Amino acid sequence: MIPERSSCGISETQDCAGKNEASCALRGEQLPARWPLDRRSFLLKAASLGMAGGACQILQPLRAMPGWAEPARENDARFIVEARFYRKLANKKIKCKLCPRECVVGDRERGYCGVRENRGGVYYSLVHSRVCAAHVDPVEKKPLFHYLPGSLAFSLATAGCNVNCKFCQNWDISQARPEQIPAEYIPPKRVAELAAQWKCPTIAYTYSEPVVFSEFLMDAADAGHEAGIRSVVISNGYIQEEALRAAYGKMDAVKIDLKAFSESYYQKVVVGELKPVLDTLVTLRKMGKWTEIVYLVVPTLNDSDAEFNGLARWVKGNLGIDVPLHFIQFHPDYLLKNLPITPVSTLERARRIAMAEGLHFVYIGNVPGHPAENTYCPQCKHLLVERAGFEIRQMLIRKDACPFCKRKIPGVWHA
Amino acid sequence: MEGFPAREKVEAMCKERTTSRREFLRNCVAGAVAINTAGQSTPSFPGRAVAPPARSRVSIARDPLLRGAPRRETGSSQGGNRVDPTRILVLLDQAVHGIINAGDPSGAWTKAVRPGQRVGLKVNTLGGRGLSTNVLLVEAICERLREAGIKASDIVIWDRDSEELERAGFRIRSGGNQVQCYGTDRVGYSDYLASFGSVGSRLSKILIERCDVLINVPVLKDHDGAGVTIALKNMYGVIHNPNKYHPDGCNPYIADVNALPELRCRLRLHICDATTACFEGGPGFKPQFAWRANTLIVSTDPVALDYSGWQMIERKRAAEGLKTLTAEGRAPNYIATAADARHRLGNNDPRRITVVETQVA
Repeated sequence: MIPERSSCGISETQDCAGKNEASCALRGEQLPARWPLDRRSFLLKAASLGMAGGACQILQPLRAMPGWAEPARENDARFIVEARFYRKLANKKIKCKLCPRECVVGDRERGYCGVRENRGGVYYSLVHSRVCAAHVDPVEKKPLFHYLPGSLAFSLATAGCNVNCKFCQNWDISQARPEQIPAEYIPPKRVAELAAQWKCPTIAYTYSEPVVFSEFLMDAADAGHEAGIRSVVISNGYIQEEALRAAYGKMDAVKIDLKAFSESYYQKVVVGELKPVLDTLVTLRKMGKWTEIVYLVVPTLNDSDAEFNGLARWVKGNLGIDVPLHFIQFHPDYLLKNLPITPVSTLERARRIAMAEGLHFVYIGNVPGHPAENTYCPQCKHLLVERAGFEIRQMLIRKDACPFCKRKIPGVWHA
Repeated sequence: MEGFPAREKVEAMCKERTTSRREFLRNCVAGAVAINTAGQSTPSFPGRAVAPPARSRVSIARDPLLRGAPRRETGSSQGGNRVDPTRILVLLDQAVHGIINAGDPSGAWTKAVRPGQRVGLKVNTLGGRGLSTNVLLVEAICERLREAGIKASDIVIWDRDSEELERAGFRIRSGGNQVQCYGTDRVGYSDYLASFGSVGSRLSKILIERCDVLINVPVLKDHDGAGVTIALKNMYGVIHNPNKYHPDGCNPYIADVNALPELRCRLRLHICDATTACFEGGPGFKPQFAWRANTLIVSTDPVALDYSGWQMIERKRAAEGLKTLTAEGRAPNYIATAADARHRLGNNDPRRITVVETQVA
């Protein structure tokens, strides 16, 4: 089994992952199989594989592009749009207002993300429609467990990220400049067309860090909505409130990677800050956006009882007990190859602590077949959604409620 | 996943370079000489990642007439715009002579390079035509390299981006029996990740695949984030993700980048172009802060060179009535980090740096 990866460096379940999975699909390789046995699931899976195969063909040009060829500068102009969130300063400098880093960028320089450049005092995004990874994924892979279970998401990314997590499994796209990796021009309307073509009810912005391609995300979400297709974002949440409201306001669901519950971890391992991410979660709550939280448990770095306790208390106090919280297994990669895979017992400890605090929906990720992948009714404890990796084996929720005790189950369950 | 780990690659590379009998004997002799000369004023050229010498030498050579006689009509005390190609060659010889005394100008270069080696000249072209490594200086270096037995086609002038090279006045060229000149954008970055400390980066394939020896030719500049950008920071142009390493005054990132084994193995000499320098408002070119220092600073120790360059900038800032970089909260602390026990890239203690200042007659 190859661990799945996503933008946050999460090894979620069995599969090739994130950008790498996109590459995998583009190479025409089959996704590892773990088929459910019932007829309905079999048919669903067969359809999804067929679509993925089709996606391989449609995105073939990505694969065909040479890895490190001479850049086609004459074509770069189509990827460049003026950035939405910045202020002009004296001497042709600008201050970026997209993320809390607030890079002050001189003329002909780029911000920390590497995908936004100051040209003569005007700040530009270099990655609009510049898709470096695209794939048809189950929405469970994001992971979004309380959002249209069993559905597919047309998932895409551009280069760049506004942090530098030492465990990132997609570092080869997230830590690269756009001109350093092959990409395809896929404008917003084409994104929506492709999603519709592959029967995806949702577009997912994922793999790298969607904050840095906010302009593209907003336009693609608009194009999607015009075509009746929803949008979800998989993000680190390291974004300023104005940009958050403008960009993620267009989303139908959000998954936030809360990398740890300590500033020192954010400073040393993520090269970011915790506080703005917590603020983002609170703002999303106020905005009424369906939000799920992922916490990648890295052995010895963010796996203490105190941290799990603090996290659970904060979630309960600020977001409520019905927010899904996923504790995910770490796999060594990038600059953190010296640490082992997270023991399952650690993930179970984290879950115990969070549930003892009163949280209702606490999941364990990247451990296929673990019972904590399933959704249970917090009231009558019945199994409501049975999962195995990305597979939905049973989905019993009806009319957003438990069919046994009628308790409302929070989420977006039906299209 | 990525290719084989960086460390293995470097070890393999270094192994390759030490297998021949001649190389082995040469290294033994070099090692013995290095041990014996430690503490003396004439440095050896580092051919491997080794600890810095007990003392470092920095040569600062000036030529007030580098751009011709001062112009009375403009009131300029620094001559015209254009550097005199003959005088810059003399200035280069004098600067190099300041750190290594050889009988003739090309003699010094034979201590840094040897025929058959492929030599990279890592210039700095971020500042456009106004504040980039001077083309005539680079031509002078090429001339001396060729006299030292390096084939023209084995010399590559490079920086991150070909367009920036062109904007700085370099002519892009590759192939044929001529000095090569192009940016990493033409060949890309290594597939594997090189890492040291807080840094994990892909390295320019020009460095990895086309340079046995690297000569660093930076510009003396103020830097709004790092304090100054001289020899050490110029190595940001080697990695694929320099944007990730600007927080906290680039500290400890600059030191970490320079400690990457692939770089340390190849770096031989640093020739800092201060013919036109910048004492404020850097690293971009702002005419009001440009400073025709008509100077070259040469060393085999990038830390000592950066320390000396920093002091030059501070003196100029004082003369211009500006605050010190420390007072502005942007002292280049990365220089001390580069000298610490973890990095050992050179000396930043002025008591251990011999500065040789000369002026072209």
